[in-house]
Amino acid sequence: MNPILKWCYQLAVPHILYPRIQAWLPWVALVTFSLLALGLYLGLAVAPADYQQGEAFRIIYVHVPAAWLSMAVYVAMALMALSVLVWRIQVAELALVASAPIGAAFTLIALITGAIWGKPMWGAWWVWDARLTSELILLFIYIGIFVLYDAIEDKRQAGKAVSLMTLVGLVNIPIIHYSVTWWNTLHQPPSLSKFDTPSIHIDMLIPLLIMLLAFKLLYLLMLMLRMRLSLIERQPQAAWVKALIKPATTGDKP
Amino acid sequence: MILFWRVLKQQLDLAYEHKTAWLNPLLFFALVTLLFPLALGASTSNLAAVAPGLVWITALLATLLSLETLFRDDVADGTLELWCANQPSLLVYAYAKLSAHWLLYCLPLVLISPLLAYSLHLPMVALAVLMLSLLLGSIALVWLGAIGVAITTGLKYNSFLLALLVLPFYVPVLIFGASAVEITTQGLSAAGPLYLLAALAVLAVTLAPFAVAKALKLSTS
Repeated sequence: MNPILKWCYQLAVPHILYPRIQAWLPWVALVTFSLLALGLYLGLAVAPADYQQGEAFRIIYVHVPAAWLSMAVYVAMALMALSVLVWRIQVAELALVASAPIGAAFTLIALITGAIWGKPMWGAWWVWDARLTSELILLFIYIGIFVLYDAIEDKRQAGKAVSLMTLVGLVNIPIIHYSVTWWNTLHQPPSLSKFDTPSIHIDMLIPLLIMLLAFKLLYLLMLMLRMRLSLIERQPQAAWVKALIKPATTGDKP
Repeated sequence: MILFWRVLKQQLDLAYEHKTAWLNPLLFFALVTLLFPLALGASTSNLAAVAPGLVWITALLATLLSLETLFRDDVADGTLELWCANQPSLLVYAYAKLSAHWLLYCLPLVLISPLLAYSLHLPMVALAVLMLSLLLGSIALVWLGAIGVAITTGLKYNSFLLALLVLPFYVPVLIFGASAVEITTQGLSAAGPLYLLAALAVLAVTLAPFAVAKALKLSTS
């Protein structure tokens, strides 16, 4: 078998995935935090102030990556949902459930930073702009997903129900994305989608791209941390979990 | 197709046994409409300005409430498990069940809506559009909502969970439905939002039963 394909297939096997997460975790953490530090330094200290918005524009270095991830996490969850329903991969179920609160957190960050930015710019903490509203709806969809998982007692069944709900909710993502162009409202049109003629200065763009990458890695990092726990939680009696705990417990004995 | 008509007729016969069940959403619709003038004041211009939204929200909540018990009896007596044994017939069952539900609980809402909207001083010109928008919208509401109902079937405390799961998907329907009525009162053509509502209804009727069937299978297994 193709070694790359084999490596990917092995991600679906809990007792292979767990040590892999353990091995990768420090490296992912290192890269994530260095990129975060670099992006924040360039964004907050080096990038020039905006001629119209002054220093207040700097919040985009948190706002835009969070808003982007609020949608990207959902798309990732939809892919996991597909692997659950089509190929019945149990690990994808765990990853999906682990992703939902992370996605909700990013959505909340996007909403809160948006409100902080909106107060001096628009003169109001909240306006019922189409894009804000759909972001809020997205937050409720995320919450619905993990509340549903919590409400169903049989966790195998809950995983599948949540996957189905995620795919149904996927209909909402395009509505959010295209709402900018559908409704001509207060929100700025996206400044990143047109790379050939960017409407943002290159010195401002580079820190933003670094932050986007850093936030993606941050998601990966948090997902790995949550997965590590839920892999053990799902099968506490599995042989590999016992083997994992054994050396620690025998080591304690005199 | 024969199966569809038989299940539909069976559902209607069952409803005929409980003669007052179809009245419940209607009464809810009428009562909540009665509450609005009491809370907002009886001024004609105030009420007329918000009437499209009020009627639509009330109709939407009445539909959501009526949906909650959609599969309850069939789960309790085990009928649903038999339907789940066969995928094609499960789809037919879902279509018939939802059609019967719409005929019993949503069509009366559509028919009574002009009366209630008129009581909130909605201009006469908008009444026909209101009915049309509710007719198209309620189809989308029932078929979309059924997914949430199917997923939460068998859970103990599902009313709030159902609302949490389903209301986000109701947003586009509400936007287009209420705006169709709204722009008619301003003397403009409501064709745009009505076409979009029709599109949502067609989309829901085509795709939702597959999700409903899948969810029913999950919750009975």
